[in-house]
Amino acid sequence: MPAFELFQPASVSDALGVLNRHGADAWVMAGGNDTFDWLKDRIKKPKVVVDLSMINELHGIKDAGGGLEIGATTTLTTIANNPMVKERFPMLAQAALLVASPQIRNVSTVGGNVSQDARCWYYRAGWPCYRAGGNICYADTPTSINREHALFGADRCVAVNPSDTAPALVALDAQFVIKNGDAERVVSAEEFFIGPGIDITKLTSLQPGDLLTAIRIPSTFAGKAHFFEKVRDRQVWDFALVNIAASFNMAGASIGEARMVVNGVAATPYRLNAVEAFLRGKSRDKATAEAAADMAVEGAVPLKHNAYKIPLMKALVKRAIRGDAEWTS
Amino acid sequence: MDLLTTARSPWGESIFIHISWSLFWAALVGGLLFLLAHGGYMLFSQHRKRPSAEVDQLERERAGLPAHITRHGFVARAFHWVMAVAMLTLLFTAFLPIVGVKFAWVQWHWMAGVLLTASVLFHIFHATFVLDFWSIWVGPKDIPELKLEMAREMGREDLPGPRPGKYPLGNRLYHLAVMVCGLIVIGTGIMMMWRVRTGIVERNPYLFSDITWGLTYVGHGLMGVGFVGLVIAHIYFALRPEKLWITKAMIFGTVTRREYLENHDPDRWVVNK
Repeated sequence: MPAFELFQPASVSDALGVLNRHGADAWVMAGGNDTFDWLKDRIKKPKVVVDLSMINELHGIKDAGGGLEIGATTTLTTIANNPMVKERFPMLAQAALLVASPQIRNVSTVGGNVSQDARCWYYRAGWPCYRAGGNICYADTPTSINREHALFGADRCVAVNPSDTAPALVALDAQFVIKNGDAERVVSAEEFFIGPGIDITKLTSLQPGDLLTAIRIPSTFAGKAHFFEKVRDRQVWDFALVNIAASFNMAGASIGEARMVVNGVAATPYRLNAVEAFLRGKSRDKATAEAAADMAVEGAVPLKHNAYKIPLMKALVKRAIRGDAEWTS
Repeated sequence: MDLLTTARSPWGESIFIHISWSLFWAALVGGLLFLLAHGGYMLFSQHRKRPSAEVDQLERERAGLPAHITRHGFVARAFHWVMAVAMLTLLFTAFLPIVGVKFAWVQWHWMAGVLLTASVLFHIFHATFVLDFWSIWVGPKDIPELKLEMAREMGREDLPGPRPGKYPLGNRLYHLAVMVCGLIVIGTGIMMMWRVRTGIVERNPYLFSDITWGLTYVGHGLMGVGFVGLVIAHIYFALRPEKLWITKAMIFGTVTRREYLENHDPDRWVVNK
């Protein structure tokens, strides 16, 4: 690995001090699963690495008025096994459980999972693509291998957001707490993720000096109907080809409020706003599911090798609305 | 500090990818410094209108001139303002993200670029077949005027002021600079349309080699930051008190007979009575 100066602060304030001193030269490391890929491949060469693993105040899950506040470096295993998460937001527990492998979940953090960089292999190989500051998208050419890439919102770059917990947190209307120096701002999960049109070199709105400290999930969808499903090439350990997270606040037999978010199809978790509006007052039956599925994929622009994601996404939308991962018709 | 940014292509070639954005700041600061320097200089510079007595004499001699003389027809003015909107949109969409104002700029940028290209194509046709094509060009015949202008700028107010035709020399030199930068930025911009999804051409980033693309981006960037300085200068001169009559003519189309005689050589810009 390239040499860097390592800081292991023991408190958030110390970490913020280091980040402020080093600005854009500093690299924030949580579980290290994204970080070490970059460093070992010598693609990213930060001067300073700030390891957050020693900061106890960033770990843990606590009740917050019926919702939850999850520390940014809480591991995915902790989230997947936590009774409060499983009881109130089973969708999030399921999303965390389906990330990678047990060993990886033991060290991966929720903050790292939502902040991880794009997994486009052209970008990861260190080629000078848009996302790396260059002037081309190697994944969107007549000869590209782009099976895993975007259907929606491609703005020069066609990389997708690879996170499993991100769509769940958007579907739960989570709030992300970000500190920078003495300042603190709270952004919605939707605002946290940004597409290439806004900044082609980043997947999140985090700026130099920023530290994601916690994720707050309101009680709005606590204990309501949830659904999460992930489709991947290898069931034991892989990023999602497409995943879906949905929460439904039922009013009797009808849907009162729904939030549906698909990931793996755009550079940000792709919220199905039109579908959500359509579902209001509808029952979770076959006709509703089929109409919503057609609506969900409107505007999809497939690349050479990823058109299969359209029927896949439709199937996941139908299943989410029916609330049945086994439902196939 | 590298003025151009390079990278290594997948084939191991060192290629340009774009200009360093510090050049944008250089153009911005340079343009503003020019503005300050020129403004300061003009505080002490002589006004270069024709003396009143001389203008009075000319008015008597050319009594048949209309009270208002058309300097820019409606079509020429429409072109100018359409181009101005397109240019400002291009500059803001290109450089606001550089200074930290993040928004989805690409679509606005290429659409403004298409508008600019269409307006310039129209302008070329209009200037060639409708307007006096050569009146805006600079050539060897302008060297005496340049010499006199420079001498008077240096304080030789005793020399007779060169009276330009329809367009003063500075105006024509500016047009030349804008034309060169504009044609390069449009040419490279058209090539770059193959790199983004526009619905106009089928996207094909392998249309040219990496080296050609790199030079395209560098050319586009250099001309883009060049336009930062050019546009600052243009707006500055348009707002200068002694130039406001020209700016008004670009809005309303006409100058008064006296403004015409004060600032132009009636034999070089002949107005039909």
